[in-house]
Amino acid sequence: MLTDMLLLLPTTLIDGLVLGLIYASIALGYTMVYGVLGLINFAHSEVFMVGAIVAIEVLIYGLAGTGLHPLIQLVVAIAVGGLAAGFLAVAIERVAYRPLRVRNAPRLVPLITTIGVSLFLQDSVRFVESLFGQFIRPFPSFPFFNRQIVLSETVFISNRTLAIIVLAVTLLAGLYYMVHRTRLGKAMRAVALDQKTSQLMGINVNKVIATTFFIGGVAGGVAGVLYALQFGRMDPFSGFIPGIKAFTAAVLGGIGSVEGAVLGGVLLGILEVVLGTYIPMWTNNAIGTEYKDIIAFSILILILIFRPNGLVGRAYAEKV
Amino acid sequence: MSGWHPSTMRSVALLAYAGVFACLKIWVFTGSSLIDTCIFMAVLASIFFATTDNVAPWASRTVLAAILLFVLPVVGLANTFYLDVTTQVAIYAVLALGLNIVVGLAGLLDLGFIAFFALGAYLWAILGSTQASMFLPGSFPLPAEAFFLVLPIGVGVAALAGILLGLPVLRLRGDYLAIVTLGFGEMVRILANNLDKPVNITNGPQGIAGIAQPLNGLAIALATDAVPEYKWQALIYYFFVLCLIGCAILVNRRLDASRIGRAWVAIREDEIAAQAMGIPLVATKLIAFATGAAMAGGVGVLFAAKQTYVSPESFDFNQSIAVLAMIVLGGLGSIRGAVLGAAAVTLLNLQVLKVLSAWLNTMRADGVEFLGFSFANLPAQFEPSKYERLIFGIILIIMMLYRPQGLVPAKRKNIGIDVDSSTGKPGNQA
Repeated sequence: MLTDMLLLLPTTLIDGLVLGLIYASIALGYTMVYGVLGLINFAHSEVFMVGAIVAIEVLIYGLAGTGLHPLIQLVVAIAVGGLAAGFLAVAIERVAYRPLRVRNAPRLVPLITTIGVSLFLQDSVRFVESLFGQFIRPFPSFPFFNRQIVLSETVFISNRTLAIIVLAVTLLAGLYYMVHRTRLGKAMRAVALDQKTSQLMGINVNKVIATTFFIGGVAGGVAGVLYALQFGRMDPFSGFIPGIKAFTAAVLGGIGSVEGAVLGGVLLGILEVVLGTYIPMWTNNAIGTEYKDIIAFSILILILIFRPNGLVGRAYAEKV
Repeated sequence: MSGWHPSTMRSVALLAYAGVFACLKIWVFTGSSLIDTCIFMAVLASIFFATTDNVAPWASRTVLAAILLFVLPVVGLANTFYLDVTTQVAIYAVLALGLNIVVGLAGLLDLGFIAFFALGAYLWAILGSTQASMFLPGSFPLPAEAFFLVLPIGVGVAALAGILLGLPVLRLRGDYLAIVTLGFGEMVRILANNLDKPVNITNGPQGIAGIAQPLNGLAIALATDAVPEYKWQALIYYFFVLCLIGCAILVNRRLDASRIGRAWVAIREDEIAAQAMGIPLVATKLIAFATGAAMAGGVGVLFAAKQTYVSPESFDFNQSIAVLAMIVLGGLGSIRGAVLGAAAVTLLNLQVLKVLSAWLNTMRADGVEFLGFSFANLPAQFEPSKYERLIFGIILIIMMLYRPQGLVPAKRKNIGIDVDSSTGKPGNQA
């Protein structure tokens, strides 16, 4: 059994890395919004889902039969899906959250609103998709992505995996650069530290918050397309669980920090896939893969008990 | 007439209203069509009117006693559908009252509340059926009367689970609680779904059937040709749940008016200020969390007995959200609001959406055309009864944006200090 497990290890780690990079890309949306507003944006998982569904529609109705290279099709679909997700996130912020912020409502109110938005979007998308047939959308299959690159006798890597890793790493690197090296990123960090003071320094706080939602939304939408590519389908309710796990990843790394989200995402993805593969093997399927969600939630609870500020996070003093 | 005190006028109006609709319901509208259901809701509404502040106590007590102890049992024995609906509403009302303590009073957002309900339900489901013999020594099912022993145990188990879950999380900032309880709710559901192996504890997705019904002997003894056993059993559950909801309201009211209740509200309004006033944060929050969980656990035990069947489906995330939607609709922290919200959401789910679905289906089957749109073209997947998330979402968004204090805002007593309680908004003075 040990040799079996060793043989499986490289593939398992690669799958874990892919899942982890996707979690990291979703987690960025949570962590950026939480950093700036101190709000868990439950609707982010639906932004992720909408990005994937829009991209799938683009591939099915827009690009099928154009004969473009699958990679180009994928990049176009990602661009459209990501933009759609970004604009959706901005629209949500404008319609549902900004009025509450202006009114200075108690914490609980925007939090409950984000849950409402999340549920509303799930069923709205389901309604729209139902008008055109099945609301579960399979990702169009491209033989190109299934092609395997042989690394050694037991280790293969498919074009799909490679594409996801390259795209996700590019996205994460771009976001890191943006947050830490640009004027906009500096403005975002300033707003996260102190809204009133940044306003006095001439920062347009509302604009920065809207931009944060947009960028987080784009990252979430792109992650959605990659997720759908990896697992071959997307439906209106499939955003929810990855969303919670991505939030877990953000907390694991330290909420509010980009590096933390990446670290937490990759760690959670690898842990989930490795434990989800090996625990059923150790226990002869007495504990099956269904328990992988429980693993993620247990990690969340353990992290909150022992290291509530995350692996790389700093402790914040509550402002009075 | 003009010399009467306004409160007396209102009381007389209330008596007249309740009397008229009760008589209509008992003698005229006995069926279960749409109009019959509307009359039934009008009867239920008299309970709501009777609990407003501005009717005389004698009138309110008369109406409550007459409706709860006489009209509803009579209507229900004639047509058990109404008894079932009322019991269902009351079960959710107890849940809503439990969550009201956690979210409404203490301001802790619990998104996995249904998990505690599931704990209670599975406790009796396992012990009260042959399921327990799969993994426990001894003879099962337990005798139906053991229910009265399991009920307090269920309350205790749920409270303990609440404390164990709350202890690590309640030390942290409030938002984390939302996501952890959400995860906990999912965990309990996944466990219920998968614990049919290696040891069969929950029987997995098939659920547990054949759960013992307490006081079944009494129902059998009372059974006649005109009123068979199952109707008496439904009546017994009705009175059971009436007792539970009475307890729940009492607990809510007494706690709300107590030192602890004021501490909860203080924490909800401003945690740091509350702490500065010497309120022990973690202990006070834990009490709220455990009290809410305990109420859910207790009513869960009753739920399993009433349904005689439980499965993981009854305890998914939608149900947690349904209970949240109830108290948000009624008004966070408001007891009447919680009950009203529970009635509205349950009736919407049980009745309105189903009727709407059936109606659309007949329209589709008949190919009715309306303004050039043929209902035959309506997609087959479109069924209003499956769009409960849309409804909950809309309730949550609209209420939070436009009426965060709910339909029946909670009232805080004003004692001596001049606080802005005229608006009655929970926490808008931050």
